[in-house]
Amino acid sequence: MEHALDITLTVNGAQVARRVPACTHLVDFLREELGLTGSHLGCEHGMCGACTVRVDGEIVRGCLMLAVQANGCKVETIEGLSDTGELAKLQKAFHERNALQCGFCTPGMLLAARDLLKHNPKPDREQIRAHISGNYCRCTGYQAIVDAIEEVVNGKG
Amino acid sequence: MKAASFAYAKPRTLDEALALAARPGAKILAGGQSLIPSLNMRLSSPELLVDINGLDELKGIRLDKDVVRIGALATHADIEKSDVVRKHLPLLAEAVPHIAHPAIRNRGTIGGSLALADPAAEYPACVLALDAVIVATGQKGERRIKASDFFKGLFETDLKPGELLTAVEFKAQKKDEHSAFLELARRHGDYAIIGLAAFAANGTKRLAYFGAADRAVLAQNAAKAKDLESAKAALAKDLQPTADLYHSSQTKLHLARVLLERAWNTLSTLR
Repeated sequence: MEHALDITLTVNGAQVARRVPACTHLVDFLREELGLTGSHLGCEHGMCGACTVRVDGEIVRGCLMLAVQANGCKVETIEGLSDTGELAKLQKAFHERNALQCGFCTPGMLLAARDLLKHNPKPDREQIRAHISGNYCRCTGYQAIVDAIEEVVNGKG
Repeated sequence: MKAASFAYAKPRTLDEALALAARPGAKILAGGQSLIPSLNMRLSSPELLVDINGLDELKGIRLDKDVVRIGALATHADIEKSDVVRKHLPLLAEAVPHIAHPAIRNRGTIGGSLALADPAAEYPACVLALDAVIVATGQKGERRIKASDFFKGLFETDLKPGELLTAVEFKAQKKDEHSAFLELARRHGDYAIIGLAAFAANGTKRLAYFGAADRAVLAQNAAKAKDLESAKAALAKDLQPTADLYHSSQTKLHLARVLLERAWNTLSTLR
């Protein structure tokens, strides 16, 4: 039985092939192997949401998926989604609304917020809160984050 | 923390998966939303992970006459989006949004959750309330287990070593049947303080509580009671809730009664 496997995946549009230990999770792979340090590791057991990345179009906990499981998948991170401009409105609103202080949760928060708007373009505040409930922020108290997302919803972002 | 080293295999067929699962030190990887945290925290250190996500026959949700069959690999998100579930299993449709958060619902599976048998999880109570059948497959063949015989204790089920939970079968809810799902948690998506999955058909009720004991439990005395007040009183015979860090046993019993009161009208008046 193999303890390390060859994988090929697409990360932010570029094809990547590597040999990885089976026990390496996706975010360690992205950070340590590919140098994509925008996805953060907070708790490493699925509570904090700082490691949120997109796999085949849907957000996942990067720490709760093995890198080998991403074989053949299309992975998108904060780096790629910033470059394509997909997060631009949210990023601007977060900046203007002071929706971050230390910024540790921000990449995951932006991906969760974008995921909400993709599935539901007109959420109310309660729906916004429910959708980001899996992302911890220890600085802002969440009000400013909800405000920023709401601003984009209302077309002001 | 980081997971200890393990080998990994992704079988292409069920037979291959069962052969791998029978090896000593093997563990099944479904959605991984409970297993991977326990690996990362080194609470579990299997020698081999058998990733069953390549088994297409374990996926999908389908209605076959009056039975809804949900494959073990159906994710919480699949169930949340399913028209079949919304129409024929409203209890399950109501329960799913309470499970963790969107990013976790995208990967966690119904089979994984049932096989883990977390006492605070939503699905075990749902399968008890709906009297569902759990389908398990081993090298010797398939077994069909009634939900009420499946849960044996804290994280313990009737699954034998090497057996794989492959599907769950529910009777489609009929027009004159009613259900209610209620959960109390400190924050959306947190583990339940206490929750209730309730079902009523032909004047009989099935009240399954979760977060109340070492497994989901049917409150049988309360279910037989004729009116709400006697049902609430009878709950003390059905539940001796385990206290947690924040809630005493008495508080949980009180909250169990609150949920029963909230569910009662839905279950009783709309016959």
